[in-house]
Amino acid sequence: MPKRTDIHKIMIIGSGPIVIGQACEFDYSGTQACKALRDEGYEVVLVNSNPATIMTDPELAEQTYVEPLTVEYLREIIEKERPDALLSTVGGQTGLNASLALADAGILEKFGVEMIGANRDAINKAEDRQQFKAAMTKIGLDTPKSLLVTDLEAGLEFSDEIGYPTILRPSFTLGGSGGGIAYNREEMVELLRIALEISPVHEVLVEESVLGWKEYEMEVLRDVADNCIIICSIENFDPMGVHTGDSITVAPAQTLTDREYQFMRDASLACLREIGVDTGGSNVQFAIDPKTGRQIIIEMNPRVSRSSALASKATGFPIAKIAAKLAVGMRLDEIANDITKKTPACFEPSIDYVVVKVPKWQFEKFPGAEPVLGIQMKSIGEVMAIGSTFKHALWKAIRSLETGRKPGTDVFDPDLVRSRLITPTPERLSYLRYALAQGMTVEEAHDLTKIDPWFLEQLREAIDFQGTLGDDTLETVSDENLRQAKRYGFSDDRLSRLWGVTEAAVREKRKEAGINAVYKRVDTCAAEFESFTPYLYSVYEDECEAEPTERKKVMILGSGPNRIGQGIEFDYCCCHASYALQEMDYESIMVNCNPETVSTDYDTADRLYFEPLTLENVLNIVETEKPDGVIVQFGGQTPLNLSLPLKANGVPIVGTDPESIDLAEDRDRFGRLMEQLDIPQPPGGMATSVEGALEVAQDLGYPVLVRPSYVLGGRAMVICYSAAMIESYMREAVAYSSQDRPILIDRYLENATEVDVDALCDGEDVLIAGIMEHIEEAGIHSGDSSCVLPAMTIGEEQLQTIRDYTVKAAKALNVVGLMNVQYAISADGKVYVIEVNPRASRTVPYVSKATGFPVAKIAVQLMMGRKLADMPELPKGILVPHKVCVKSPVFPFNKFPGVDPILGPEMRSTGEVMGVGETFGEAFSKAQLSAGNPLPDDGALFMSIGAEQKDEAVEIAKKFAAMGFELFGTRGTAERMRAAGLDAKVVFKVNEGRPNVVDLIKDGKVSLIINTPAGASAFEDERAIRRAAAAQVIPCISMLTAGRAAADGIAAKRDQAIQVMSLQELHQG
Amino acid sequence: MSFAALLALEDGRVFRGRGVGTPAERAGEVVFNTGLTGYQEIFSDPSYTGQIVVLTYPQIGNYGVNDEDRESLKPCLEGLVVREFSPIASNRRSQQPADEYLSEAGVPIIDGIDTRALVRHLREHGAMRGVISSLDLDPDSLIQKARTIPNMAGRDLASAVSTKERYEWTDPVPASSPSEHITTAEEKFHVVAYDFGIKHNILRQLRGIGARTTVVPAGTSAADVLSLKPDGVFVSNGPGDPEPLQAQAKNIQGVIGRVPVFGICLGHQVLALASGAKTFKLKFGHHGCNHPVRNELTGKVEITSQNHGFAVDPDSLPSAEIELTHINLNDQTLEGFRSRKDPMFCVQYHPEAAPGPHDSAYLFQEFRELMEGQR
Ligand SMILES: Nc1ncnc2c1ncn2[C@@H]1O[C@H](COP(=O)(O)OP(=O)(O)O)[C@@H](O)[C@H]1O
Ligand SMILES: Nc1ncnc2c1ncn2[C@@H]1O[C@H](COP(=O)(O)OP(=O)(O)O)[C@@H](O)[C@H]1O
Ligand SMILES: [Mg+2]
Ligand SMILES: [Mg+2]
Repeated sequence: MPKRTDIHKIMIIGSGPIVIGQACEFDYSGTQACKALRDEGYEVVLVNSNPATIMTDPELAEQTYVEPLTVEYLREIIEKERPDALLSTVGGQTGLNASLALADAGILEKFGVEMIGANRDAINKAEDRQQFKAAMTKIGLDTPKSLLVTDLEAGLEFSDEIGYPTILRPSFTLGGSGGGIAYNREEMVELLRIALEISPVHEVLVEESVLGWKEYEMEVLRDVADNCIIICSIENFDPMGVHTGDSITVAPAQTLTDREYQFMRDASLACLREIGVDTGGSNVQFAIDPKTGRQIIIEMNPRVSRSSALASKATGFPIAKIAAKLAVGMRLDEIANDITKKTPACFEPSIDYVVVKVPKWQFEKFPGAEPVLGIQMKSIGEVMAIGSTFKHALWKAIRSLETGRKPGTDVFDPDLVRSRLITPTPERLSYLRYALAQGMTVEEAHDLTKIDPWFLEQLREAIDFQGTLGDDTLETVSDENLRQAKRYGFSDDRLSRLWGVTEAAVREKRKEAGINAVYKRVDTCAAEFESFTPYLYSVYEDECEAEPTERKKVMILGSGPNRIGQGIEFDYCCCHASYALQEMDYESIMVNCNPETVSTDYDTADRLYFEPLTLENVLNIVETEKPDGVIVQFGGQTPLNLSLPLKANGVPIVGTDPESIDLAEDRDRFGRLMEQLDIPQPPGGMATSVEGALEVAQDLGYPVLVRPSYVLGGRAMVICYSAAMIESYMREAVAYSSQDRPILIDRYLENATEVDVDALCDGEDVLIAGIMEHIEEAGIHSGDSSCVLPAMTIGEEQLQTIRDYTVKAAKALNVVGLMNVQYAISADGKVYVIEVNPRASRTVPYVSKATGFPVAKIAVQLMMGRKLADMPELPKGILVPHKVCVKSPVFPFNKFPGVDPILGPEMRSTGEVMGVGETFGEAFSKAQLSAGNPLPDDGALFMSIGAEQKDEAVEIAKKFAAMGFELFGTRGTAERMRAAGLDAKVVFKVNEGRPNVVDLIKDGKVSLIINTPAGASAFEDERAIRRAAAAQVIPCISMLTAGRAAADGIAAKRDQAIQVMSLQELHQG
Repeated sequence: MSFAALLALEDGRVFRGRGVGTPAERAGEVVFNTGLTGYQEIFSDPSYTGQIVVLTYPQIGNYGVNDEDRESLKPCLEGLVVREFSPIASNRRSQQPADEYLSEAGVPIIDGIDTRALVRHLREHGAMRGVISSLDLDPDSLIQKARTIPNMAGRDLASAVSTKERYEWTDPVPASSPSEHITTAEEKFHVVAYDFGIKHNILRQLRGIGARTTVVPAGTSAADVLSLKPDGVFVSNGPGDPEPLQAQAKNIQGVIGRVPVFGICLGHQVLALASGAKTFKLKFGHHGCNHPVRNELTGKVEITSQNHGFAVDPDSLPSAEIELTHINLNDQTLEGFRSRKDPMFCVQYHPEAAPGPHDSAYLFQEFRELMEGQR
């Protein structure tokens, strides 16, 4: 069937902010869908609240809405745009749920919008665990025993019957939120309560445990003519019980005979057909009992997923792109295979390599969270590696993780080995290696971990071989063993430590022996047909297929795995670097190892190297490609840390010189530079010892802010109010400070307004892209505070100072490309510079969307030698947004129960949203809504404010009173409000007696909380309040500035109907 | 324990690797298979007689071998080339390590090879003769040996591998898991199968549609076959070049029109010869589990299991009597045809799978329906 001609305009709903369980992979799928549909001549209307995505680039759709993904707003957009169809399957769980909500609300019907991809019934059948079970039983597929319960009693009764442990899974939640394993009745009571609460429909499936079974996933695709194909099978290294998102996974399946595999394939197709996904991709999960071979189906996702992104990168088959074409009625046999050109997309990819995905966790950022892996996803990001064998791919993947730990330097506690193997944690693999090295047998390791012996044997082989190498030295090692080591995936770095020589020495020896990395192609067909797409990975085999061209070329170093502080924003910049280079007729070469991203789509750059971002791997690529330039300033800290060594190896870095980058990161030299430019910095110093630190702090005066140097996202950064805090910090911090660099100590500026500035510089002229005013005060990490463009309350004088400082700094650092500066304006109006990052920042995409100028692209043009003066299309001096754009962060606290959701100088947010409005209030309330903490229209406000801010507090209280809010306050605060003639009720603090503020919150009597920190003494109280608020999903504000913003937001909400505006309209001005 | 081994090709290209299992030397036509699963079925498929098989999937031997997954009594290939052979077998169904299984049959295994480079070489220059050895490590002498073995073109290997005695088959397809439900119809038909190197899963599938099968030697005459009173006749897959099988084709001509006839792979080629058509050698053949084939009658695409080095020239088929039914979407080659007047149909690929997808199992049902129709 040719594509449908009865529909013209198609709406796509994105997945919103990056959260655990829903990251860049949906930017990848959404972007592919937009491109594919437009290639077929359809108009696309895109909605996504996340400005950091490529899919929200105005070029990718006719109309792009960065608006809240709620029924009200989507309805507004539908009414305005009148799309013919809604593609529900490329926006993750969020897009799927939103589509379903629109259908349920009768809006799609009302405006005659057809849901394509998966229809309402199919979605319900797949997502509602009970309907799903029924459907599977109908077609004779085995499922775990289970019961859907809506109350505690029923749940307890059933689990007593099937016996513990039991699995709890709330309906309609993402990444298993609120799920858990109850090992006994007591745990059951606790977990089931939470689960019932978290499920939007208050339903929980209580299920037979199949912990320790082998876990598999199948990526399936189906077209209107009912042609079905499997794109990829995935086997989990970690057995059932660890969420696939938290499991090391391997493609394709390794330990299944053909009969077993084909049975799983048959089951997947039967499932797809029964659920009734008419077109597109789905993901089906299975568990197999290794002893009996019993195979049960766990779930199916009727949409593209994290795994389908992985499968696309693993096979070279672009699932989302094809799924979009299938959704408009095209057939698999009508679509060509991009890579082979000659053959159709209707086939099952065959691969001649092994792919390993390893998750990246960041429990260290959430003190109080237990670093244990279970059925609910906890990882923040992931890496993928392609290798000639499992061993090769596994070690490559481990290297890609950038743990900061040197290979082989981990310390293990022998007494913990057994428990570390039994209970899955991020450390399990390290402990496995240790245990096997200590002589634990594969059988024993299997008994403890239930990991398939085949995988364990692979580890053992590598470890044994390492032993053999250990007996050698760099001089004595045979070429054969050296080659074997590289084939096994040992890095030069690892070998150098083994032999106590430098990495360079190992590299040299390798080259003398002619042992070099060669590159193979990912071609979907195991070389059966010629590949026309340079999608490459390194191996230590004989033949190289890289075939570098003679064109002028520039290499872009990506940002590696998502982590807090370094995520999709940097991938956005890298993609734009590629687009810009292509526009300038340079060949673009992308290097990255994050399978979720758009940058690792073989369509994004001319050539893609799916490789770890380590010195060794990057140098190997450089030697093969001989690029004219390498871009290091777009991938966050990862490539920056490589810039000096790369330069030392004679690699041509384009843009700002690595020396300047280093200067900006180097406290001393940077400090001196700022002095010369007389740009004030918060007084500060450095220390490498506890004594030193205490001294520095003494001189500065408390509170001080301490942190290790060379970190992104304020990692391990704390505000110390006392010598005691410094001492305890120094003890841990030393462990953090990765490159054994010193600890930095600054005077902490209290009640200061923080400002983020992004600027472009060509070495001579400077163009300020945006001056962003933070809503939260300095002290809350720039990535964690809401901010607004243009600045709202900053005086012209300060703005002028900021512009001057920015220009001075940019020129002094000889910035060519992008620069980000953070300032703090102290209470007395003095402007301090907090830090200068001569690189693309987290805010680049937001600024670009707000101003309508592709800042990252412009930066690349500058790096390639163009001058701002030669760009008449650009305004002089500064870019101005046409409307008000507020960016708000999104936090993962709901994934880490027990963690205090307090904000500080260490970044904790995983994602961001943008709200666009005529006024600050409108923009702010939209942003809050998108971020998942909608402001109340009315109800009661609870306030507890420190002494020095009480007057200000009263002013804010008045605004709320005027809007008819009931007022509550702790004694002091309430009295001040009363004194000002406001009717405010006094509430006990937690330690004053009952009923206290927490009771009030739990009773749902409060709809908004403003509670500024009152120092160490009140800390416990405040924590209790934050916890209660989080549980009740009540916005809890810790800063007056944010409180004022909330007042404006609520006012705006109350007296104006919701308005939507596309970026295209916004940029028209 | 591992030892040096070489793979030498007739065009002079030599690959160095490690030997696995028992040292040995064997020669054959080097072909590659792109399947991700099912190495045991490949080892034991008689159609690989006379061939050295390169597996593109790098990790082989992971799940061992077992009795249920055998496609014939013993390994049939001449040699195996892989990237990495597993030191252990990990699967509850495994009964023996895969290398042991091959070594017992004297089949050499060479691993540590850049199989992708080798496959690209074969793709460019076509399937060619080669030798695997860990006994003779002199490249030149091996290259010479490779050049001395007979070419695949023109070779009748089918008669050689065919059973000497007729035998009965009644085993059904086994379930691979207690959760798998495989339906086996009650025994209702008698099928006579011409054995050119028949795969056991074809016989199991025939049992699945309710047929007891009598397997007869390749040379059996039409009269002898008909005297067995079959409800249907099956013409099997097998190794080698179909061209020399003119006599066998004649025999089969004698049964077409008398009883329903179904052919697979070499059987498809022989039925083509019987219809007066020509066959030709493909550059490197089709060996894998992912080839898309469109059923021209329904328009639906099947993902098929394939293993053939020769193909039927569709233009040489008499279009008056013959209707083309299946086309390969990768290279447009002929994958199946049927007679317009007689109950006869056949496919070039492997609906019995093993290894491979089950998309085409319906063809056995169609055979059953034909037999029912003739009742
Ligand atoms: N019955 C079970 N017993 C043990 N572990 C299970 C069971 N069901 C699911 N799991 C584990 O929980 C994880 C999440 O379950 P899944 O159904 O995939 O939910 P999600 O929608 O979060 O992907 C799975 O990857 C698996 O490891
Ligand atoms: N001297 C200071 N006074 C007050 N707040 C500060 C000071 N220095 C840093 N901060 C806060 O800490 C946050 C992180 O500091 P920053 O230097 O930007 O580290 P990063 O490199 O992680 O962005 C800043 O966004 C700011 O809110
Ligand atoms: Mg899942
Ligand atoms: Mg910062």
